[in-house]
Amino acid sequence: MFPYIVRRIFVMILMLTILSIITFILFNAVPTDPARLTCGKTCTPEIVAANRIRLGLDQPLVVQYVEWIKGIFVGRTYGSGSATFECSAPCLGYSFRNGEEVTTMIVAALPVTLYLALGAFILWMLVGISAGIVAAKNHGKWQDRTIMSVSLIGYSLPVFFVGLLLLIFVIVRWNFLPYPNYESPFNDPVAFFQTMLLPWVTLAILYAAYYARLTRSQMLETMGEDFIRTARAKGLSERTVLRKHAFRAGLTPIVTSAGLDLAGLLGGAVITEYIFSLPGLGRLAIGAVTDYDLPTITGTVLLAAVFVIFLNLVVDILYAAIDPRVRIS
Amino acid sequence: MTNNVNVILEVKNLNVEFTTDDGIVHAVNNVSYQVERGKTLAIVGESGSGKSVSSLAVMGLLSGANSKITGEVFFNGNELVGADPEVIRKLRGDEMAMIFQDPLSALHPYYTIGDQLIEAVLVHQKLKNSEARIRAAEMLTKVGIPSVEQRMNEYPHQLSGGMRQRVMIAMALINGPELLIADEPTTALDVTVQAQILDLLRELQKEFGTAIVLITHDLGVVADLADEVMVMYGGSAVEHAPVREIFYSPQMPYTWGLLASIPQISAKKEQLDPIPGSPPSALDMPTGCVFAPRCAFKHQVANNACVEKFPDLLAVSKDHEARCHLTESQRTAIRTERKIGKV
Repeated sequence: MFPYIVRRIFVMILMLTILSIITFILFNAVPTDPARLTCGKTCTPEIVAANRIRLGLDQPLVVQYVEWIKGIFVGRTYGSGSATFECSAPCLGYSFRNGEEVTTMIVAALPVTLYLALGAFILWMLVGISAGIVAAKNHGKWQDRTIMSVSLIGYSLPVFFVGLLLLIFVIVRWNFLPYPNYESPFNDPVAFFQTMLLPWVTLAILYAAYYARLTRSQMLETMGEDFIRTARAKGLSERTVLRKHAFRAGLTPIVTSAGLDLAGLLGGAVITEYIFSLPGLGRLAIGAVTDYDLPTITGTVLLAAVFVIFLNLVVDILYAAIDPRVRIS
Repeated sequence: MTNNVNVILEVKNLNVEFTTDDGIVHAVNNVSYQVERGKTLAIVGESGSGKSVSSLAVMGLLSGANSKITGEVFFNGNELVGADPEVIRKLRGDEMAMIFQDPLSALHPYYTIGDQLIEAVLVHQKLKNSEARIRAAEMLTKVGIPSVEQRMNEYPHQLSGGMRQRVMIAMALINGPELLIADEPTTALDVTVQAQILDLLRELQKEFGTAIVLITHDLGVVADLADEVMVMYGGSAVEHAPVREIFYSPQMPYTWGLLASIPQISAKKEQLDPIPGSPPSALDMPTGCVFAPRCAFKHQVANNACVEKFPDLLAVSKDHEARCHLTESQRTAIRTERKIGKV
């Protein structure tokens, strides 16, 4: 088990390094001069040149990359002489748009996305997996057909459609909930839940539908396995056969999907955040893209990538916990 | 139902049908047999002959909505066909148990050997976990697993094929069942291991007095273990006799074919004698004798009877029944000519 995890972590570090290089190249691949982007309307060639030197953009790419990575781990100093300013670790640079530290902006947006993704995740896993098990247990009967039809509809509806529909009816028409206005759960828990409820439901509908179908097909597949027949031959109740023997055996693909889907959402649920005016990472990233705000783009992209890689590690460790054949090779 | 108290399992006119998209499949037709306590009945046949399906039906393991079981199955005097599934569930693993062909796929890959055995004990016996563990260790020792304490914490994939089948046998016999159904228990194993497993089954049968229904296509296994043999073909029993009779005085061309296809070291033959053709499709059974399309002797029977009418299972001698339109003298002549059995 332990060497397996060490090996996984090693792979993770390698992947992160490669990813940071790709993200860095992204920064430099844009068809504009980054230094030009740093100066506003009253721009002169002198300011551009000064900014280029101050941000270290005149240095060779390798040096720039090392500086960037150094900034993330130990912080970095921009400029020289009297005009220096400190950017403490983890430093992702300054926004070209408003001069704010990218790290500060991410730290402000991250909790919103975190709450959104985790809330939706819990909701859809509970609903989706239970529905899938019920459908598999009643394979071919009306429960199965109902769950499959409903989930097909849920799965086919795009997020922007469900989100807007919920927004229009629940909030605008029927006034069941106040207009979304994000508050931290520590400041105003009631406003937080009122704001988050619809975004959670919006995301959960799509994913729950997918997980219901996935769980059902996994369960049906494992129900045909020889060891399920053995479990029945032992005289175990159908409930134990289903919950203990079949479900655990069918869990691996569900865990894989869950890890990747959660990682994807943690990088920012752009559409949902827009519809419900949530100041999360998705909005931050899209805003940065439209503004050519390169440091913010690279910062958010890097963070999203870190989520994906980290959750992949979590999934790998869960594999080993579920399946002894992975653990003991 | 028989009045013989020695009979643990009595199957009468068992029929199993499956509804499929292509039509109704008659997997088992009018099969009847009895198994006495402590004895072994071998059900022999090739794939698709209905031998496994009939046993799964007895165990109540064909609970799918698309299967239909009719006839009578008396286990220890209790009718199982149409019984409450919960009643049959309580018998399973306790009074009747089953082992399967491939022990690797039949054991759960994610649970330790110990856990799987303990679970089998605890379903049927009110014991503490620690007591069940001791019971499991005893049983594993009995089936010849070395260093039991260590093995109990291991997973099926860490054991060899023979060890896994021993674990399956231990798990099946742990609650002292009166009937064990062994579905091709040695087919997936190495030849040397096969003999060990058969020896083990024989020893345990002697010790516990368990009746065994042995499903196999391997006549070597039959000769080794069985008291009685039922040959199945195309979902029907075609011959049913004590084991000596099957080998010395087989009466049905399909049984002859099976015997002729056993490799023999003493025989100075270059080639084996396979049965020509392949088993009938369960969706498209021949109207007459199920074996007629592959039978080399059907032309010796008058009036095309083999193609027209399925022969009844008729007594040849006291305990010996066979389905065949050939007359007794015709059969004796064929067996003499082809040196089948002892004439």
